[in-house]
Amino acid sequence: MVQLTLPKNSQIRVGKTWPKPEGAKNLRTFRIYRWDPDDGQNPRVDTYFVDMDDCGPMVLDALIKIKNEIDPTLTFRRSCREGICGSCAMNIDGGNKLACIFGMDEVQGDVRIYPLPHMPVVKDLVPDLTHFYAQHASIMPWLETKSNTPAKEWKQSIEDREKLDGLYECVMCACCSTACPSYWWNGDRYLGPAALLHAYRWIIDSRDEATGERLDDLHDPFKLYRCHTIMNCAKTCPKGLNPAKAIAEIKKKMVERVV
Amino acid sequence: MAYKTDLARVQGLGAAGDGAHHWWMQRISSVALVPLTLLFVFPFGRAVGGGYEALYLTYTNFFHALVAVLFFLVGFWHLAQGAQVVIEDYVPHKPTRIALLMLNTFICGALAVAGTLAVATILFRA
Repeated sequence: MVQLTLPKNSQIRVGKTWPKPEGAKNLRTFRIYRWDPDDGQNPRVDTYFVDMDDCGPMVLDALIKIKNEIDPTLTFRRSCREGICGSCAMNIDGGNKLACIFGMDEVQGDVRIYPLPHMPVVKDLVPDLTHFYAQHASIMPWLETKSNTPAKEWKQSIEDREKLDGLYECVMCACCSTACPSYWWNGDRYLGPAALLHAYRWIIDSRDEATGERLDDLHDPFKLYRCHTIMNCAKTCPKGLNPAKAIAEIKKKMVERVV
Repeated sequence: MAYKTDLARVQGLGAAGDGAHHWWMQRISSVALVPLTLLFVFPFGRAVGGGYEALYLTYTNFFHALVAVLFFLVGFWHLAQGAQVVIEDYVPHKPTRIALLMLNTFICGALAVAGTLAVATILFRA
């Protein structure tokens, strides 16, 4: 059966409690997952205190403050700090979020921060997304054409362009795929909500000439049909997209080919 | 540890070219089960309350017997389809998975035939 308990060397221990900043009146507690591949220790949860009167409103602001002022060894990814690069995806208060656009006012009590669930951890809050990116590459995320390249651009009507709304905005942060139980249990073969949303984005692109091949590539009990419309993907997407709907549309197209 | 590219690992053995049929049949059996369940459960419930005589009377009626047989065939077919998905989801160990998938087909098939024979026995004895 699927493994529901953590192996011994992955069990999380109580970590270090870092000193409170001096003179701070408005303290917030952060409990953050720490794991170092080099020290041979189990993962632990460290406790930090941040002065909210001297910190920005987003979880990423607090993380940067902790790294700058309390513990420079805390490791996490971040880049754009405005929800466009998808780097700072992590599990905050039990849900997958982008730390840069998730406000601390949305969390009650201590702020608990873990890496994205069910992925190999590189260090602390940094998951290994190699397989996730390869799955994205496997759906050919580019325009495939066979006709001669037109002298100008490949034309698309305004209506056809509108079909890509709600799909093209995906920033590949992996919040959805790592929130999906089907992806947890069968992520080696199931492509997951993010890759399938991108697959659909190219399937319905009016300019694309490989629709059939794209559907052929997805026609598989594991690549596509592990989606059981659990909807965690849509619930957690920090960009407000609905990958489950995109997957349902792919399934409809599959049936459309035979009925 | 095999020296494979990440893409090769994801592509694996390629798409099976299967899955849509199973998915579509699951929908068809679900839709069929909505009227069949309603038509089966009420006469069956009434008959069970009335003992052997009531059951005998219900299933010597051709319509009730037909509904019961369809309910067993479609119901256990649907059960087999659903259980197959659950096994594929939760049993990663390949030999166990294959054994359970076989067992699933055998048990659901046997139950469907058993139900059909039970109703047929009553109907044709009449």
